[in-house]
Amino acid sequence: MQYISNILFTIALAAGIGYFTINIRKIIRNIKLGHEVDASDNTAQRWSNVVRIALGQSKMVVRPIPGLLHIFVYVGFVIINIEVLEIIIDGIFGTHRVLFSILPAGLYNFLIASFEILALLVLVGVILFWTRRNIQKLQRFWKPEMKGWPKNDGNYILYFEMVLMVLFLTMNAADQSLQSLGVAHYVEAGSFPISQFIAPLFNGLSEGTLIIIERGAWWLHILGILVFLNYLYFSKHLHIILAFPNVYFGKVVPKGKFKNLDSVTNEVKMMMDPNVDPFAAPAEGAADAPAKFGASDVMDLSRIQLLNAYTCTECGRCTSECPANITGKKLSPRKIMMDTRDRLEEIGENINKNGEFKPDGKQLLDDYITREELWACTTCNACVEACPVSIDPLSIIMDMRQYLVMEQSAAPSELNVSMTNIENNGAPWPYNQMDRLNWENEN
Amino acid sequence: MSEQIKVPTMAEYMAQGKKPEVLFWVGCAGSFDDRAKKITKAFVRLLNKANIDFAVLGTEESCTGDPAKRAGNEFLFQMQAMTNIEVLNGYEIKKIVTACPHCFNTIKNEYPGLGGTYEVMHHTQFLKSLMEEGRLKVEGGKFKGKRITFHDPCYLGRANGEYEAPRQLLQKLEVELVEMKRCKSRGLCCGAGGAQMFKEPEAGNKDINVERTEEALETAPKIIAAACPFCNTMMTDGVKAKHAEDDVQVLDVAEMIANAEDL
Repeated sequence: MQYISNILFTIALAAGIGYFTINIRKIIRNIKLGHEVDASDNTAQRWSNVVRIALGQSKMVVRPIPGLLHIFVYVGFVIINIEVLEIIIDGIFGTHRVLFSILPAGLYNFLIASFEILALLVLVGVILFWTRRNIQKLQRFWKPEMKGWPKNDGNYILYFEMVLMVLFLTMNAADQSLQSLGVAHYVEAGSFPISQFIAPLFNGLSEGTLIIIERGAWWLHILGILVFLNYLYFSKHLHIILAFPNVYFGKVVPKGKFKNLDSVTNEVKMMMDPNVDPFAAPAEGAADAPAKFGASDVMDLSRIQLLNAYTCTECGRCTSECPANITGKKLSPRKIMMDTRDRLEEIGENINKNGEFKPDGKQLLDDYITREELWACTTCNACVEACPVSIDPLSIIMDMRQYLVMEQSAAPSELNVSMTNIENNGAPWPYNQMDRLNWENEN
Repeated sequence: MSEQIKVPTMAEYMAQGKKPEVLFWVGCAGSFDDRAKKITKAFVRLLNKANIDFAVLGTEESCTGDPAKRAGNEFLFQMQAMTNIEVLNGYEIKKIVTACPHCFNTIKNEYPGLGGTYEVMHHTQFLKSLMEEGRLKVEGGKFKGKRITFHDPCYLGRANGEYEAPRQLLQKLEVELVEMKRCKSRGLCCGAGGAQMFKEPEAGNKDINVERTEEALETAPKIIAAACPFCNTMMTDGVKAKHAEDDVQVLDVAEMIANAEDL
């Protein structure tokens, strides 16, 4: 009987991690629906980006207040995970504060003290984040795409984190009381700069009640963490894991450099080569159908773009810097990312149900992202610059414009006029190329 | 204007068996747009003054393909690019300077993959290097102490990380440089990029150029300095929309330097 809690704990841990793994594998499968991209270049630059942008949060602090609060929560969660390690060992083996018996007492006390201080900072950060969303109502959290689930999701995450931190501090407070009562199993360990102010609330409680509080907080805390871990998959919060690979795979060439389509290069080269026989049969082994130009659905995007979609945490910094959005147009770069993820998830569900993707008569274009949004973009790169985790909404907009223009000839009519001018006379306006140097002699 | 400007073409150079130090890529706006042509001429006057051995392609130049590419027409872009690259490579061009950030970005970043690799400079970078080499002298002149704000072109700034060259030129003019709230890497687009110049904007509650002009006017400038022919048009229209054209001018950095010298 005495091992029952160890067994229950191990089952809960295995279930929590197991279910999470299943879902992560789904994400990987979905991302692989995109086409492969070669990201073996610029390795040093990529790692340096991970260190600066992801680990170092360099883009978060462009806005100092949320940047600082985010660092509280980020550092808090990373460091407090050392405590979770101890909790897991204790849970499996029935020990209590096992690291105390391994580490020097001074170091252990220092660690516990820093966890407590960080827990308080996380609590402060999260409460202020909640205030910014719900009381101060910062504009970027109240845009049209933030209605319903995205809005609730953001708040649920904050409640989760508040509860976890309170449980952690409560557990330590009760532990302290038990330690001072000299209860067996509760070795005197740790230093409690924050929870010492909670402990007096427990004065006069019996040993049994204190143990129930301590064990209750301990169990709820670790179960809460496991539930939260599994909540990630259903929420916008995956960035706590995916931000790192996403930054690694982020753009490492100048932002103004858009990729040249190789499939087009081949065709243009053939068109310009006077020696090509226009009636030649395609070479043996050549792909029968020419590649589709641009993107109308998520399968036409790259794996990096799909990883971008899962990484987006809907902070809306991109949208708040977007000139089109600022001036009331429908385009919101954040919505581009949210739509991409929603469509990808829909396709993932379809595969789960049917074993393979059964066409559902829908696509990313029109069913999720409208043409009006796509044509409102000025390609100014403000969204790309603003993203704290190197997401590139502009590349998706560009791919979808390519589909509209090259597969559907569906550019706005004024653009067609300009493009015809470029084609006929080498300028977007109807001037003759032979007049290009007339300015020399004009006044 | 004082004396006739000298604009040799590559064809003339070729005929004489010479090669210029640098090719001046004029661009469509610089060739055809009435406002932008003034910038082109101001820049040429500076090149003449500094005795730069340069040439233009003239009638052999064609659109870089930037608006086509950003509109999604990769075919048209690559046709333009490859045609231009054939001309440029035929003349064995090594170094290009242009007063248009869109041409600058496209030739610098997107032509190499199609066989056209050159050293490409924006005219503000080129003028800055001329000054550093002592080939061009710039002093405050008539702009000394004037309150001026600089609007970052997206395709020079964010797209290629060049924020300082135009500002250093303005500082040489001894102006009082005031920054807008959104500047440098967070600068707001004028609204013309991504082929927007050639179409009506989508429905919204304001035009982007008006939003940006309002921001510029908040700094109470005498001049809004630009470094892109399209930004220039957008900001000029914005200033007119705010009925501020009697108090605020929109000038290219090159024009300011040429004007300061009374060229």
